[in-house]
Amino acid sequence: MRLQYPANIKIIRVPCTGKIDVLHILRAFEKGADGVYAVGCMEGDCRYESGNFRAKKRVEQAQQILNTIGISGERTRMYNLSSGEGPLFAEIAREMTEKIRKLGPNPIKLAKKKAA
Amino acid sequence: MIVADKKPIEEIIEEIKDYNKILILGCNECVTVCEAGGKKEVGILASALRMYFLNQGKEMKIDERTLERQCDNEYLEEIRDIADEYDAILSLACGVGVQFTAERYHSVPVYPGVNTCFLGATEERGLWTERCQACGQCILAYTGGICPVSRCAKRLLNGPCGGSSNGKCEINKELDCAWQLIIDRLKELDRLDDYEKIFPLKDWSTDRAGGPRKVVREDVKL
Repeated sequence: MRLQYPANIKIIRVPCTGKIDVLHILRAFEKGADGVYAVGCMEGDCRYESGNFRAKKRVEQAQQILNTIGISGERTRMYNLSSGEGPLFAEIAREMTEKIRKLGPNPIKLAKKKAA
Repeated sequence: MIVADKKPIEEIIEEIKDYNKILILGCNECVTVCEAGGKKEVGILASALRMYFLNQGKEMKIDERTLERQCDNEYLEEIRDIADEYDAILSLACGVGVQFTAERYHSVPVYPGVNTCFLGATEERGLWTERCQACGQCILAYTGGICPVSRCAKRLLNGPCGGSSNGKCEINKELDCAWQLIIDRLKELDRLDDYEKIFPLKDWSTDRAGGPRKVVREDVKL
């Protein structure tokens, strides 16, 4: 399809979104990521039955933690789409990039630079 | 197992905010199973706290370590060489682990990172319920394997009371009446004769009423 999506997005492949843990999301922010989003299968279509539901809960937990420590929980979220929806994948990438741009850079990244 | 629940991050921040070097100490036993203080929870809390303090412009070194158990001297010895390097230890073990760590390391303040709740079982992931109050004189043999001490709100030994309604307890409509469970179970086991027996007064001196308890076993002492 040769679809274009923002080049600043780094894709980390996991066997199923059920593999994603709160810790993975937090570590990404700790390392300076401006936003983290999980892209899983449609709800009800998980090959492992509940992987994407687990991911949804963990993303919510990460949001809560991020809000508590003063980094907007909006920087992380979960999307669901099927593997046949390439154009939607590109659209989501653009949407998330725009949203994060509006929120500005990860304050941790700035704090690290200041401390260095 | 001992069931614990996470403390809110805000409360933990308040506990440790005046220090500069913290060791978050997890425990591989009960608190790992109830997902409150195992290696993963240590990692999540450490990451969140590092980010919080960095964001506040405070330099805070937060290290992670998880011991096999914090209620055993031999495992607690594993941090002997490093404990003094920290201003404080934040223990994610149950209250036993927190106290035992504090007893072993006098010079370092030890703070609790979880709320220890009860002795219970994992009914399903994310749902833990109380099963035992460690009364020191087990009566499960006579009650069909269901404990009225921990599961009846009144700890009745000859129940149920008048507050039992449709198998539920009067203090909470979602709570099963322990004595209803006992009767149903004894009926299934064809042991309702046991229910007819009146329980004598229970010796509560083995419960907390006698103060802090200990078990001494000369046969296993070295």
